Amino acid sequence: MSLEHSLKNNGFLTTSLDFVTNWARANALWPMPMGLACCAIEMMAFAGPKYDASRFGSEVMRFSPRQSDVMIVAGWCTYKMSHAIRRIWDQMPDPKWCIAMGACASTGGMHRCYGVVQGVDNFLPVDVYVSGCPPRPDALLNALMQIQDKIKSEHSTTLDA
Amino acid sequence: MDRAAKKEAVVKAIKEKFGVAVRDVSEYTGDTKVLIALDSIHDVLLFLRDEHHFVYLTDLFGADRFTSEDRFEVIYNIVSLKTGVRLFVKTWCPEENPVVPTATDIWPGANWNEREVWDMFGIRFEGHPDHRRIYMPEDYQYHPMRKEFPLLGIPGSIDLPTTTPDTE
Repeated sequence: MSLEHSLKNNGFLTTSLDFVTNWARANALWPMPMGLACCAIEMMAFAGPKYDASRFGSEVMRFSPRQSDVMIVAGWCTYKMSHAIRRIWDQMPDPKWCIAMGACASTGGMHRCYGVVQGVDNFLPVDVYVSGCPPRPDALLNALMQIQDKIKSEHSTTLDA
Repeated sequence: MDRAAKKEAVVKAIKEKFGVAVRDVSEYTGDTKVLIALDSIHDVLLFLRDEHHFVYLTDLFGADRFTSEDRFEVIYNIVSLKTGVRLFVKTWCPEENPVVPTATDIWPGANWNEREVWDMFGIRFEGHPDHRRIYMPEDYQYHPMRKEFPLLGIPGSIDLPTTTPDTE
């Protein structure tokens, strides 16, 4: 039974503004693909037709940070690269979320050495960590769904006093 | 004359020309390594390029032998394009003031390799045209491939980006 039918063309619907905002935000999460290493290959598979991130409204990989909502840090990050990543992160408009994809982005992984940041959470506010080396595209989809759940539980609307 | 014989001939020619400057000749898995005294290394390399057509510098790298004497090693991996002979020419330098003459005037391609050796081991190359670090930040204080350098680096020695607090 469709919504229009139950309203019989003369009713209206009330909901909370939070619900509508979060519904819109959660189902159009445009990723900023910060592909740094082999995890980026799995990230491409995540966007491609087989795993199909467009089911979750996330197929539009935006290479401009100003148009994206969620940064997927895929791969190991050196100290030199960290400055570039932070700059891109700072250019993304709020609200924004961050996925640390794979062991290297989460903890430094096997790159336990002087040149690699031991986890991007040293300079980024990470929302979801994905385990694996590299993680399967399913795991990244799961991370995306966790971010959707997180958004849906947020209270984003505030009233000015 | 097969390649092994050609290689022997080259080593013999170095020995005849430079005598005691050739400190050691060793062979391992088919590769011949010639250890040259530090003050003759530049002459030997120039002699090999000009007289034996070793025009191709495949690689130039450093090593930390971690010995009390002659701690650092610089290795030149060169190929003669006329005979196909590959030779590893090595030289040792001391821990205090490790300086090796540059090979950039012999093979210009040695430029970045020498910068890498300087970056990683702290070996200076006298006469190098652009003696800067190549990988690590320019103001970095340490040489990470030295054996005493800790695996995870010196904490706080490389800056992370400033993380401004997220505004609501």
